[in-house]
Amino acid sequence: MINSGDTAWVLISTALVILMTPALGFFYGGMVRKKNLLSTIMLSITMLAMISVQWILYGYTIAFGPDRGGIIGGLDWLGLAHVTGAPYAAYAPGIPHLAFMMFQLAFAVITPALITGAFVERINFSGFLVFTLLWSTFVYAPVAHWVWGIGGWMRNMGVLDFAGGAVVHITAGISALAVALVIGKRKGYGKVPMEPSNIPLTVLGAFLLWFGWFGFNGGSALSAGAIATQAIVATNAAGAAAALTWMIISWSHKRPSALGFSTGAIAGLAAVTPASGFVSPLSALMIGVVAAIFSYYMIIFRMKIGFDESLDVFACHGIGGMWGIIATGLFAEKALNPAGANGLFFGNITQFKIQLIAVAVIAIFSFAATYILAKIVDTMFLLRAKDNEEDVGLDIAQHGESVY
Amino acid sequence: MKKIEAIIRVEKLEEVKNALEEKGIIGMTVTEVKGRGTQKGILLEWRAGEYRVEFLPKLKVEVVVKESDADAVVKAIADAARTGRAGDGKIFISTIEAVVRVRTGESGQTAL
Repeated sequence: MINSGDTAWVLISTALVILMTPALGFFYGGMVRKKNLLSTIMLSITMLAMISVQWILYGYTIAFGPDRGGIIGGLDWLGLAHVTGAPYAAYAPGIPHLAFMMFQLAFAVITPALITGAFVERINFSGFLVFTLLWSTFVYAPVAHWVWGIGGWMRNMGVLDFAGGAVVHITAGISALAVALVIGKRKGYGKVPMEPSNIPLTVLGAFLLWFGWFGFNGGSALSAGAIATQAIVATNAAGAAAALTWMIISWSHKRPSALGFSTGAIAGLAAVTPASGFVSPLSALMIGVVAAIFSYYMIIFRMKIGFDESLDVFACHGIGGMWGIIATGLFAEKALNPAGANGLFFGNITQFKIQLIAVAVIAIFSFAATYILAKIVDTMFLLRAKDNEEDVGLDIAQHGESVY
Repeated sequence: MKKIEAIIRVEKLEEVKNALEEKGIIGMTVTEVKGRGTQKGILLEWRAGEYRVEFLPKLKVEVVVKESDADAVVKAIADAARTGRAGDGKIFISTIEAVVRVRTGESGQTAL
């Protein structure tokens, strides 16, 4: 039975989440050198087109289609066959099945876009397109099926991931590590100054992401009511707490930068994502504070060891997502959301263990599968831009354009 | 005739311009430049930690004056541009062989 209020909210949420992908392009673009600004934005916005097509043709069916052994969806819904305006009650009884598919499409689009922060300024564009198509097929779709698909083994185990802490943030953050290892450092990394091209653009992207996150987490209730509201309150609380915490930490070291403040917000928003529909506003504040501390010092550590995972996808999203999934196993309250469970702080150690298993398995799988895919693409299609292209900048070398 | 090239802080242009006007020097060329001195640039805040910016934006003010005015003009620019902190800039003085005013074809000191 279709509920028009629920449908309206999920469709609006879809639009909010779709906006997050170009916003991510701005967020990343402002942090790279001027000669790679368009290329960096391009990495995100091409996902919107390419994964939209992939999702309709076969992505949706392998992620959410009728289960095959708890591991993957079948091909029954290839080309969206049988996915119609009628609800599919097992996923969302109050909205058209097509609305659920479209909402999930927006998630499938932004996840590979998140990874791009790992290899900006040196990626070969054609190799990138091949890599992300493979990644969405062999990493994103299976994990989405395990955690969210009807019959998925982690869903059956009882894992709680309200809006994609594991499916989106852990997969993207861990995969970023693997691709960065395969592609190597930018030329002159650590020796040549790499100044951000446009910090206001990064700030604009970050706060458009915050705005879109209300759809990301609030829409994941798949209904317009108390749970969606609770998720939005938690989202805002964690983003705010993390941004303030980041600002305080960086101020205690030296100065509170807009770049740091914005990054803190993203770390907090990523961390609260899996917990947002299950936790109280006060728990969300705690999740945000801890996320900022973990992510901040992970960036410091990464810089210290000289590892060029350029825009810290792992530190922000990988760490944020892992902490978020664990935090869900600590702070979740069944009293707030009967569809959830109690976490460790509410007397349920089993849920905490389930969350730990999910983190470990998804992290190991994402890393191994991504490493193999990146190696294959690097061998067959070239993952890294040529030296002279990197020197000139990817905007001119690969896209024939330049900014300002 | 002498050419005086002064590398100054961006925010000091107005004061330098006024100091030159007091000396009767109106014409000047101002160029946006980047450069560095013995400090090797400055440190700015990254998301966490810092990054070094090696070449800082400055302005280059160029004026050509009579040889007899050069010392006074250099002093006026230096006094106006000085803050006492690293990064105040430098002044270079060189000899000019000839000057031509495009509109009239005048040359030499009358063209200044």
